[in-house]
Amino acid sequence: MGKAKAAGARRKASGAPSGARRGPAKACPNPFEVKVNRQKFQILGRKTRHDVGLPGVSRARAIRKRTQTLLKEYKERDKSNVFRDKRFGEYNSNISAEEKMMKRFALEQQRHHEKKSIYNLNEDEELTHYGQSLADIEKHNDIVDSDSDVEERGTLSAELTASHFGGGSRLLHPKTFQQEGEEGEQPKSRKELIEELIAKSKQEKRERQAQREDALELTEKLDQDWKEIQTLLSHKTPKSENRDKKEKPKPDAYDMMVRELGFEMKAQPSNRMKTEEELAHEEQERLRKLEAERLRRMLGKDEDENFKKPKHMSADDLNDGFVLDKDDRRLLSYKDGKMNVEEDVQEEQRQEASGDKSEEDESEGSSGEDPEESDGPESHSDLASDVESEEENEKPEKEHQSPGKASITRGQKARNAASTELPYTFAAPESYEELRSLLSGRSMEEQLLVVERIQKCNHPSLAVGNKAKLEKLFGFLLEYVGDLATDDPPDLRVIDKLVVQLYSLCQMFPESASDSVKFVLRDAMHEMEEMIENKGRAALPGLDVLIYLKIVGLLFPTSDFWHPVVTPALVCMSQLLTKCPVLSLQDVVKGLFVCCLFLEYVSLSQRFIPELVNYILGILYMATPNKQSQGYALVHPFRARGKNSELLLVSDREDVATWQRSSLSLRWASGLRTQTATEANHIRLSCVAVGLSLLKHCVLMYSTLPSFHAITTPLRALLTEHLVDCSHPRELQELSQSILTEMENQKQLHRPLTCEKSKPVPLKLFTPRLVKVLEFGKKQGSSKEEQERKKLIHKHKREFKGAVREIRKDNQFLARMQLSEIMERDAERKRKVRQLFNSLATQEGEWKALKRKKFKK
Amino acid sequence: MEREPGPEGARRALGRWLEAVLASRGQANAVFDILAVLQSEDQEEVREAVRTCSRLFGALLERGELFVGQLPSEETVMAGSRGAMRKYQVWMRHRYHSCCNRLGELLAHSSFQVKELALSTLMKFVQLEGTHPLEKPKWEGNYLFPRKLFKVVLGGLLSPEEDHSLLLSQFREHLEYDDIRYHTMQAAADALARVADRDPEVSLTFWNNAFTLLSAVSLPRQGRNLSNFYVPRSGPSDKWKVAHLREHRKAFQAMWLSFLKHKLPLSLYKKVLVITHDAILPHMAQPTLLIDFLSSAYDLGGAVSLLALNGLFVLMHKHNLEYPDFYRKLYGLLDPSIFHVKYRARFFHLADLFLSSSHLPAYLVAAFAKRLARLALTAPPEALLMVLPFICNLLRRHPACRVLVHRPQGPELDADPYDPAEEDPAKSRALESCLWELQALQRHYHPEVSKAASVINQVLSVPEVSIAPLLELTAYELFEQDLNKGPRPVPLEFVPAQGLLGRQDDLCTQHFTLS
Repeated sequence: MGKAKAAGARRKASGAPSGARRGPAKACPNPFEVKVNRQKFQILGRKTRHDVGLPGVSRARAIRKRTQTLLKEYKERDKSNVFRDKRFGEYNSNISAEEKMMKRFALEQQRHHEKKSIYNLNEDEELTHYGQSLADIEKHNDIVDSDSDVEERGTLSAELTASHFGGGSRLLHPKTFQQEGEEGEQPKSRKELIEELIAKSKQEKRERQAQREDALELTEKLDQDWKEIQTLLSHKTPKSENRDKKEKPKPDAYDMMVRELGFEMKAQPSNRMKTEEELAHEEQERLRKLEAERLRRMLGKDEDENFKKPKHMSADDLNDGFVLDKDDRRLLSYKDGKMNVEEDVQEEQRQEASGDKSEEDESEGSSGEDPEESDGPESHSDLASDVESEEENEKPEKEHQSPGKASITRGQKARNAASTELPYTFAAPESYEELRSLLSGRSMEEQLLVVERIQKCNHPSLAVGNKAKLEKLFGFLLEYVGDLATDDPPDLRVIDKLVVQLYSLCQMFPESASDSVKFVLRDAMHEMEEMIENKGRAALPGLDVLIYLKIVGLLFPTSDFWHPVVTPALVCMSQLLTKCPVLSLQDVVKGLFVCCLFLEYVSLSQRFIPELVNYILGILYMATPNKQSQGYALVHPFRARGKNSELLLVSDREDVATWQRSSLSLRWASGLRTQTATEANHIRLSCVAVGLSLLKHCVLMYSTLPSFHAITTPLRALLTEHLVDCSHPRELQELSQSILTEMENQKQLHRPLTCEKSKPVPLKLFTPRLVKVLEFGKKQGSSKEEQERKKLIHKHKREFKGAVREIRKDNQFLARMQLSEIMERDAERKRKVRQLFNSLATQEGEWKALKRKKFKK
Repeated sequence: MEREPGPEGARRALGRWLEAVLASRGQANAVFDILAVLQSEDQEEVREAVRTCSRLFGALLERGELFVGQLPSEETVMAGSRGAMRKYQVWMRHRYHSCCNRLGELLAHSSFQVKELALSTLMKFVQLEGTHPLEKPKWEGNYLFPRKLFKVVLGGLLSPEEDHSLLLSQFREHLEYDDIRYHTMQAAADALARVADRDPEVSLTFWNNAFTLLSAVSLPRQGRNLSNFYVPRSGPSDKWKVAHLREHRKAFQAMWLSFLKHKLPLSLYKKVLVITHDAILPHMAQPTLLIDFLSSAYDLGGAVSLLALNGLFVLMHKHNLEYPDFYRKLYGLLDPSIFHVKYRARFFHLADLFLSSSHLPAYLVAAFAKRLARLALTAPPEALLMVLPFICNLLRRHPACRVLVHRPQGPELDADPYDPAEEDPAKSRALESCLWELQALQRHYHPEVSKAASVINQVLSVPEVSIAPLLELTAYELFEQDLNKGPRPVPLEFVPAQGLLGRQDDLCTQHFTLS
């Protein structure tokens, strides 16, 4: 057995060197080279990296590496000349082979170019093909030359190659013999040979060149001669030459056409034009979807999940807020024989709202703008300086214009009108003052037009900064609306029209629009809060705040369960109704307007507003003579008795008789002009009428509320008082009567309340608490950064040690090498000394022998 | 002696006179000149004169050149054949006296600077006179305080004509000294009694001044020995009344009682009630003396009752007050205005305390819950956010009341059995009713309110919701909360706007026109 083992071992040992020679052959390491670091204890979870090693192999590898690098360096330590490879990009693996060739070629060309005289200005670069000038090739005269060359070159090249690429020692020798024979006995050195060769080839080249020049000269001469003869031969030839020249620049029209057709864009297939029904259906579908969404928000069911859902973002999204939800490109479509340029509903509406006038203006504008027609700068009063940018800005305008609509006569007219016309482009205002200066002093239509044009000229698809500009514009417009409302008298008509613009801007930028509306609301609330803190009550704010509230209702969906703008607006209105005492008829109008708004806000969601019921109660109370109230209590801001508790009471019978029901004017809210007592009384009665009809609306709306009767009891008591009083006109009495019957008809069963059955609470499950187990060996109990730092320090230390070890080993290797060198040198010297001694000994011996011989002799 | 016109001249002249008087008694008649300037119209001159007087009499008091003891009338002394020194002292004391009176009058001067200067001068005199008493001590260690002089000061402060709140805030600094406080309380009690005796119609200004002064007095809480004296004393003795907190309390009580005895204007009444529980009651020697005052206020109704509630609570809680029909009255206080008054937070805080007992009968708690729910139908959102958790807390505390929100096998009713007009909670039949009002409020326009009202749809959770943070909630805070809810998507109206008033069938268009 022992033998067999030994034999096996030997076999393996014999196999080992080959394995080692093959390099780190991990497949079957020699077991005698394997060194196993035995572990004393098995430790769970510890990674052992050094349990098995091949010291011999790795040592051999290290030595090999050192001999290849360090030793080489050591040996070449005193040498200063180096071999440098200057081929371009030889070791650059980033450049592909073709590219490399290209670059090299370029470099070569450059070098070639540089060598030429810098004073020779009109020497063009010669184009070559296979190293031959293309000009020469064209002349077809050196074919013969090249042929002859080829022969010569062939022989020469054979010689040359033989001499250059030493392979032809046989070839060289005969030649040297020849030369020996020619010139003498001295064998020429290789250098001389090569110089000779070069001189020879140069000479040949010169000869060839001279020959070629001669040939060229000859042919040219021949050409000239021929031309002379040609003119003699016929007259037509120069003409034909001319024609040839002419034909070249002017290609055939047909060819041109063919080529153009070939390059022309192919017609793209587009969607079929939709029929009327389909469009209507689509619109209906859209509205239905929106309505469904509104309902969902109104119930406030999935408020959170909706919020959590992240918006999809494309990877290419620049995060600049640009959304391509509405395709800006328009399909060409026709409607009633006219080009249908407006696709969007809102666009259409805007068009309608701005009316025929604006359309006319635009068409006039088109004629005025037309560069061929416009002959004076009058149409571009202030923007004549940069026509280019203007035209760029006008693109959207042009889109909206139907071409060829403007007849010449109209164009003429337009030019006359253009002198008084508004400019067509407006820079977006940077501040509110700017906007105000743009708009002030203009008529309503002009103001609208200006705003519309600002909006169009700065459409966000036109330039990068336009989005921000238009966002600002919304804020400025809102401010402007506020200013208009506070003016005396308020310019409500302009506001009425501007609302449309605000709506469209809001649709474009909901976020910023909501921010500016919030800002306005916060301002109003802040003002009120300050007043309340100082005086305990606040006056009803001006018409502007009411208008803002109304605009909020127009821009945002008021039926949402929670809405970032509408909910604060509701709180604001509630403040108006609870904190602001009614001191004048003007306040009554404002209060009723707020009530009206409030009801409109909840008209879809049918929500309950306690303040509103109180307020209407208070307003109606003002219309009755003060007496001990029965069955109802007034709350803040109304008082049962006091200065204004009979504000709406009309005692004049005549005024009551002449009263006719009419709507309240919003102008009254900003200030009542001096009126006669009759007018004031009529307004009072109108207020009461509005109050009553709002009450009726409330009653109808809240009839389904569980505690409807509890809510309406005070109102019922007050209304019966009204009826008893009988001082009101018939119409109002009928109204109150109908409200009363409405209230009483509302019989409802009071079903006892029950809680929903809650799910049984499941037993508490003790799920294991997972704690991170810290591994052994890791640096524990410190923060992540600290750990990271420690890790780095540890790594550095190890690397440092490794480097020191390497350096030490290098030094050892070098020392070994030096030692072996010295030993070698010493051995050599010893050998030589011994040799010398030997020879000397033999000499001595010989000399002694000679001497002895002499003596013998 | 002559003097140039103008304040500059006056000052130089006053300086000369002052030096003359202080240098020799022969020049004493210059005092008349000084006192004459005190009567001047020019406030600049008056101020100079006051400063001069302060220096002059301060020096005289320190030198002891003023007559000590019972002051005889001027004529008798002048006529008498006593020594010249005594004559001089008596005469000077009379001048001092007239100077103090004039300074007291100056407290009502139109210029605040003059008032302030007069007050500080008088207080300086009080201090000096305290250290160099002008009375003969009756025995060794007798406590002497210039009471007469101090009365002049207080009389000036409690003027019936002018609002002295600024001056009183100056005076407040002196109230930190124990002796000043004690004598202030005594003098104020006297002054109040005197004023009321003299004239049944007292001006509002006087009451306001008095209230400002009285509310400025605050006693230290614990009974350590009081030794922080304005008038420096060599050895404060335990025998003095001033040094005992008990005496202070007595004086405090006497002062307030003399104040509250009178028929106060309503605004002041409220102000007093606001501070009663925390500034007056704890410092009274016998807090129960306030029972009459508080219970009459509680019976008055309205906001005054709400305020009296706090004081009453302290009395009931700490002093064993038995108040019949307390809860019935509390129930009566619940009317729609409760959500709109300024003291809403205070009231609900107390109501929460009163109803926190688990020993209250179920009918009572049910009546309160039902009443509050009824009132909630008229409340603004910020109040609703507070009162809805309040009601739910009541139901949580009293499981017997849960039938109000959970009556599984109850019969359907035609009308609400609850009688809102009934004053007795026991007869209101609240336990037979249900909180349909909360169900109605689930349709409130504000989302938070709607959520708060929807709590009753589920079984009420066990832990109570703390209403303390909700008590002071204002509409403005609610508004800010909604505005700052962080970035959320903004849904937009999809029905395009046509004009300011909206479409044809909208309410606004029906009732309003733009022209």
